[in-house]
Amino acid sequence: MVNTGKEFWRWPESRWTNPHIDWRRGEWVTAGIDIGSVSSQAVIMVNGELFCFSNTRTGSSSPASAVNAFNMAVDGTGITIKDIHFTVGTGYGRINVPFGNRAITEIACHAKGANWMYGPDVRTVLDIGGQDCKVIKIDEKGKVKAFLMNDKCSAGTGLGMETFAELLGIPIQDVGEISFMVSEEPPPVSSNCVVFAKTEAINLLRGGWPKEKVLAAYCSAMAQKVFSLLDKIEVEKEFAITGGITKNQGVVKRISRLLDIEACETKWYKKEYREMGFPFDPQIAGAIGAALFGKFLAEKAAK
Amino acid sequence: MITSGIDIGAKNIKAVIIKDGNVVSKAVLTAGIDEIDTANKVFDEALRSAALKRDDISRVFATGVGRHNCGFAHEEITEVGAAAKGISYLMPDVRTVIDIGAEEGRAIRIDNKGDVVDFAINERCAAGAGIFVETMARMLETRIEDIADLYDRSTRDINIGAHCVVFAEFELVHLIHSQISKPDIVRAIITAMADRVVPIIKRIGVEHKVAVIGGVALNRGFIKAIENELNVEISVPTDPQFVSAIGAAIVAAE
Repeated sequence: MVNTGKEFWRWPESRWTNPHIDWRRGEWVTAGIDIGSVSSQAVIMVNGELFCFSNTRTGSSSPASAVNAFNMAVDGTGITIKDIHFTVGTGYGRINVPFGNRAITEIACHAKGANWMYGPDVRTVLDIGGQDCKVIKIDEKGKVKAFLMNDKCSAGTGLGMETFAELLGIPIQDVGEISFMVSEEPPPVSSNCVVFAKTEAINLLRGGWPKEKVLAAYCSAMAQKVFSLLDKIEVEKEFAITGGITKNQGVVKRISRLLDIEACETKWYKKEYREMGFPFDPQIAGAIGAALFGKFLAEKAAK
Repeated sequence: MITSGIDIGAKNIKAVIIKDGNVVSKAVLTAGIDEIDTANKVFDEALRSAALKRDDISRVFATGVGRHNCGFAHEEITEVGAAAKGISYLMPDVRTVIDIGAEEGRAIRIDNKGDVVDFAINERCAAGAGIFVETMARMLETRIEDIADLYDRSTRDINIGAHCVVFAEFELVHLIHSQISKPDIVRAIITAMADRVVPIIKRIGVEHKVAVIGGVALNRGFIKAIENELNVEISVPTDPQFVSAIGAAIVAAE
């Protein structure tokens, strides 16, 4: 393969500020910092409303990633760490958030965040992270009722998909769309393991399969792997997906097809957020949940 | 009678020639893209070193994952059957044989005739196979032959959480940047790999004596890690990567 120096796995980082809020007037300014194994997000909420967020890549140090995500989120807002009333860390590196007041598991935070983002009708949350995959059953308040997790195997995680984007030389954000450019759905890649699936994909390419067909076969294998986890727990509607893979319709649509349940559209439950065109990033669910817990804990402490 | 066993593995192809119950030659080549072509070359090489011609060989049996791609074999036998017969020929006291190849691993319990009593296979996860060590050796810029020595020089037991080759690659980057020494990283990798193999062995139960075969058996560190985890002494035959080819040649002679 020709080394073009291009990093096909690299997904775009982003940040956003809500122009309708003056944070200085807010009673509670809380932060949620989600340090995942692959990506990190920071969300700042003012009185429980989304004020700003960042979505960035985790570096080699969790504390540095937490600071980096925070700084990126508050960039241009004038907020500094001492303006935050309560910070909750979550995710794989949650205990390494240097300015965190509390660490809460990503299961609880994703449940809370998905409930807030997608609405109270959500009963099952699928979170596909960079190095894990979780299914969480929640109630109408976003409280966890049960969960299942795979964090042992890279098949069915974001990292597996990054590996394939790199192998095929296709930018990660185009994978989903390109995987549908096939006249008929090929059988899924038969290897469960990402390492073996790579070998299998190389053989398929050598055998004359076009890239889009190989991608379709891999997206479908990934959907099956995720489905095998979902299949162990009774998936109830509404079914919401969080994490980076939510942006890959090639996997999402195939999971919905296997489940025979449509996943929620990636749209804010809050009507005013939709009307004002706030960006909906399914990767920030954990950080949103953490910031909401932050508000709850700050209020409790003040009483 | 002169027979031959050809073991077409995921990475290497091995050929063995047996004459009247004695191994008279062995050959090995990397499988490459064209397995049939390589299998022919390996067979020819084994013939050459024994000064024999194809016509001298009564029967050729093929085994290994690519056994269907051996154009000239008279019959095929499973990897499990070949490993069992091979180790029983080399080490008759062995009752449990662990065969770890490039892309799969299996544990087999056998009786005193080399017949299979029970077995368990991992062919779904790369973390329990030779490709794990190879991938890590490449990242550490270390030759696979040097892995065992590096393991011996380790002074610290570092635990890597990863049970997956893809995750381990990422963890390795962190270890390298944290200035962890190469020997300690190697030990962590080998231990992680042993952690993936041990449950397969436990599934069938360990009966003495225990042998490890396949290319990974050349890795002393791996043997030590398995010995520690199972608390048993492990034997490794000479040229452990040829055991299944020997088994195939033995069955061909029966």
